[in-house]
Amino acid sequence: MGYLDGFAVTFRKLFEDRVTAEYPEVKREKPERLHGRHVLNRYEDGMEKCIGCELCAGVCPASCIYVRGMDNPEDAPVSPGERYGFVYEINYLRCIHCDLCVEACPTEAITETKMFEFSFTNRSDAIYTRDELLVGDDGRPQDLPWEDWRPGEDVATSAWMRATSPAGDASYVGRVAWSGELGYGVRPPEETSPSEEAGTT
Amino acid sequence: MTPSILAVDPLFVGGVGLEVVVIVVLKVLVAFALLMVSVLLMVWFERKLISDMQNRIGPNVAGPWGVFQTLADGIKLFFKEDLVPDRADRKVFKLAPYLSLVPAFLVFVVVPVGGDFGDDNRGVVRWFGNDTFLQVADPPVGILFVLAMSSLAVYGVMLAGWSSGSKYPLLGSVRASAQMVSYEAALGLALAAVIIKTGSLSTNEIVASQSTWDWNLWVTGFVPFVIFLIAATAELNRPPFDLVEAEQELVGGFHTEYSSMRFAMFFLAEFMNTVTMSAIIVTLFFGGPAGPDLVGPGWLWGIVWFVLKLSAFLFTFVWFRATLPRFRYDQLMDLGWKLLIPLALGWLLVIAALDIGRDRGWNSVLVVAVCMAALAAAAALLSAAIGAGRRQRELDEAARTGPERLGA
Repeated sequence: MGYLDGFAVTFRKLFEDRVTAEYPEVKREKPERLHGRHVLNRYEDGMEKCIGCELCAGVCPASCIYVRGMDNPEDAPVSPGERYGFVYEINYLRCIHCDLCVEACPTEAITETKMFEFSFTNRSDAIYTRDELLVGDDGRPQDLPWEDWRPGEDVATSAWMRATSPAGDASYVGRVAWSGELGYGVRPPEETSPSEEAGTT
Repeated sequence: MTPSILAVDPLFVGGVGLEVVVIVVLKVLVAFALLMVSVLLMVWFERKLISDMQNRIGPNVAGPWGVFQTLADGIKLFFKEDLVPDRADRKVFKLAPYLSLVPAFLVFVVVPVGGDFGDDNRGVVRWFGNDTFLQVADPPVGILFVLAMSSLAVYGVMLAGWSSGSKYPLLGSVRASAQMVSYEAALGLALAAVIIKTGSLSTNEIVASQSTWDWNLWVTGFVPFVIFLIAATAELNRPPFDLVEAEQELVGGFHTEYSSMRFAMFFLAEFMNTVTMSAIIVTLFFGGPAGPDLVGPGWLWGIVWFVLKLSAFLFTFVWFRATLPRFRYDQLMDLGWKLLIPLALGWLLVIAALDIGRDRGWNSVLVVAVCMAALAAAAALLSAAIGAGRRQRELDEAARTGPERLGA
């Protein structure tokens, strides 16, 4: 009975396993490259990576990033280059977590963690400033009161997350092309997929 | 037995005293409470079952397995702001929810929810020394009352849409009233088959006549039951006939502009109608509370059988919703007018002919053969008429659009 097959299907579903995860109690494992809250990274010597070039602000499709660069003070430089990010703000009421800022950044200064569970009750909390975005002295993201960090969400945020590197050019597979980072050092290259391996030989 | 327009309940045989009044009031209260609780459970049951059929979990936070979800929703709706749109016809707007709620309540009055139907007992139970039926009232017009109330429910829907002063509710209510009015015909004709077999309009009599496994389901030959089930689903505006509140097209249909308790009342009425319509189906075709008494008092088993049969139909309605996609409006009307109504009418005539044939002692084989031939001829005529109508419409269409196309 073709017309009645549907009833059998729905009836069978009664006895199948549920796919729902009961979210606040049960949290699924997050994907390795999940796009969450940003961090501003530092070099291993504690210098800020951001050079205030404003490429991230320019590429941002939601116009949620506001950057102002400034010349480094001669006696106490903040970043190794000529300039540093004097003002750095991300408005999380606008951010769509597309990761284009991470792609655009020439110094891997801005990367994304896997933490997306943060809820603020006012506008000023929603706009993250440079002080809130910068990693701490141990190189880990700051744990702000309205954020819910879980273990592993702050690791492996940088360098290899850039989709253009190293897979863009076969000859760069497995080669470290990024700088070291406070608290983590130089991150090892991502394990390449079999198809990429085949491409190199 | 005292002849009475209101009831043929043995409760009233000895005249109406204080005790009788108390019992009647008690029955009304119990029926009301029972219906409210069953609606609460039905809403929960529907949400839970539909999520089970969709590999989801469904409500599971309020109470064990989420049974108090409906209660929580009700409390929430109760405290919400009650909005009346600017362009609404205020009086009618406020009246409409009650117009759809009250008939939904009243239908349940004639449903026998229990009673001992074994041994020619006709459903009489003894309560505090008084014989009575386990139903609020058993008027001689019984089942007609059901039809009357379900017709009245259309007013609630229609006026709600009309008085909202908004286009989607209006469209929804126009659809609703067209749908409910056209399926009422099929509903009534399917019901007439039961009435012919039973020879009575009283719901108690209808159940009593089915007490020895002579369920109307097979006595009337399945077809009226199938028609009744389909027409009832349409009458209830439940999927797959829920065009009335087709979310994708009409936002919420006739109750788009309603909020707070008035909205809750529409929902209450809708689910109450589902429960009562299932009860009516059980009463008409599945012997109501009639069933074998296993152990213990007979009246208890009546209620048990009734609840079991009722649950089976509530399950069926949810199953329909989980399985069937929504009908298109013209398909809905085609199904109602061109298939269900002619079929119900034909079946009714066949049943009537067979009954008369048996009374007069005609050759039953011959009667069946003549009936089938007549039905086949009628079906052929009908399909010819529908086909001719369609061809004519296509010709008209071509005549109207043809020259314009050429000109353009």
